[in-house]
Amino acid sequence: MSSATLLGLCSAVLVGLGLYGLVANPEPLRKILAFNLFGSGVFLIFGVVARRGAGAGLGGDPVLQALTITGLVVAFAATALAVALLLRLFEATGTATLASGTRPDADASNT
Amino acid sequence: MGAATPAGFLLPLALMAPLTGMLIAFALGGRYAHRVALATVPVGLALAIAIVIHLARSGEALEYLLGGWAPPLGVRLRADGLAAAMMLATAVIIGATALFAGPEFGARPDAPERRAPFAFWQLLLAVWGALNTVLLAHDLFTLFVALELLTFAGVPLVCLDGRGETLQAALRYLIFALAGSALYLVGVPLLYGTYGTLDISLLAMRIHVDHATVTATALMTAGLLAKTALFPLHLWLPPAHAGAPAPASTVLSALVIKGSFFVLVRLWFDVGLGSAAGAQLLAALGAGAIFFGNVVALRQARLKLLVAYSTVAQIGYLFLMFPLALSAGSTAADGAMALAGGLMQVISHAAAKAAMFMSAGLVYAALGHDRIAELAGVGRLMPMSIVAFALGGISLVGLPPSGGFLAKWLLLSVSAATGQWWWAAVMIVGGLLTACYAVLVVMRAMTAPAAPLVPKAEVPRASEAVALALAVCSVLLGFVAFLPIDLTAIGRPHSVVLGAQ
Repeated sequence: MSSATLLGLCSAVLVGLGLYGLVANPEPLRKILAFNLFGSGVFLIFGVVARRGAGAGLGGDPVLQALTITGLVVAFAATALAVALLLRLFEATGTATLASGTRPDADASNT
Repeated sequence: MGAATPAGFLLPLALMAPLTGMLIAFALGGRYAHRVALATVPVGLALAIAIVIHLARSGEALEYLLGGWAPPLGVRLRADGLAAAMMLATAVIIGATALFAGPEFGARPDAPERRAPFAFWQLLLAVWGALNTVLLAHDLFTLFVALELLTFAGVPLVCLDGRGETLQAALRYLIFALAGSALYLVGVPLLYGTYGTLDISLLAMRIHVDHATVTATALMTAGLLAKTALFPLHLWLPPAHAGAPAPASTVLSALVIKGSFFVLVRLWFDVGLGSAAGAQLLAALGAGAIFFGNVVALRQARLKLLVAYSTVAQIGYLFLMFPLALSAGSTAADGAMALAGGLMQVISHAAAKAAMFMSAGLVYAALGHDRIAELAGVGRLMPMSIVAFALGGISLVGLPPSGGFLAKWLLLSVSAATGQWWWAAVMIVGGLLTACYAVLVVMRAMTAPAAPLVPKAEVPRASEAVALALAVCSVLLGFVAFLPIDLTAIGRPHSVVLGAQ
């Protein structure tokens, strides 16, 4: 088994675990972590594809490496936004959960 | 230097104008944010109009190569008819929202500076800039970045008031959107690894059916559906859109969800990832959205939630164009007509839904609640808002001469031409259900109240006029059928269907 195939399978496992966590776990913080796991899997796919496309004396396809860096920045910003929202939610309600104890639509009229 | 077509420089300008406004507003601070936004609107609108005029005159798409580098190494911006029409609609709706939000978020010279208005004006311009990027980007990775910008601008709009429920809605929205973008991003390296490019035009020339392409299509489509809130991935939409302040719900419901839909259209029609079987599945989900959204909307006790569920239903109509354009029996003319119908549905829904969210927000502000059962007398108190709501409803139902009528007419004609009568039946039943809730709300508002209605807050007449103007626009949109040129057909590639090759 070549290293590209092995890493490709690893990334598939990471994407699978991340997606499962994102869908199945009710805790928002764990969902955010699962998203990051998912993201790591995706960036590993970028790396694997870049490695496969290596040529002209380069270790990997530079276009995909550039895309990976941009993708990392986006994923970082997304995580920061999600954590900030979660902290605000905790400040405002005292809980950090998405489970609707109070239905979000139940009322805006008594505020 | 870098312009591939002479007027190509308009494209980066259209992209930069709102973002420059946003940065200036950020630098100047909260007291000036409103004025900067109002000053940016005419600039952006003028650029959108200039692009549409160029397209109409030349009959060809505008292109711009960033830094003068040609694809596959460089990045190209491209405005075809679809993009130009959407840009114009976006500019009009953003402009109307900026006027509408004046009384709620405008700067008051004597009042202390508040955070929510400062954030609102910047996010409004950010949504605009991100949408223009989505419309003009011509490679799959730039589209990803643009969609992320759109999400990051849209999510905070949901929780501007900082209440627990809206923060929860915003977080749920963000998690759905992130799952969607991660799924989309998996498809990018798969396509790049197979074809060696991400440029849409180059991909369209090389595309063929293999495992990697089919996998990438499925993953990217699923991701975009989560972002577009197509049934059954719509769970985040109603609390987010109904909980947001009125001007924010307007932008979210009218424009933000259309961004990811537009990317899906690019993938399926321009790259040529579409397949006939997949298209039937998408439309089946769309039909589910139409029935579910309309029935749940009918059962809502609150006006803003009703309008939000109506958005869930209207998203369903957008997906009916896929099987009409991509089925085995569809000719190129059928495809073009279905696409024109889909675009008309996007634009007329944007105008109508913006008007409806605006009037629902005004009703909420005036009464202090938006319970549909207690709307009696509102028709007399704020006639302009209720007329705007009714006209928006007319466009959603699809009565002539509204934009909704033209959209459904085009889609119905294609479903008759391609022998797919079941999608026509879905549209007709959906229209009837829409009529039920639109009439229900207007009837409640028109009945005489038991006691004279006293508004809790002064009704801003200027904002009412904006809602009414947008509603009139959506009703008159049907007349674009009489324009001498078909904007949507400009610069379109001949669409290729994967499954039919």
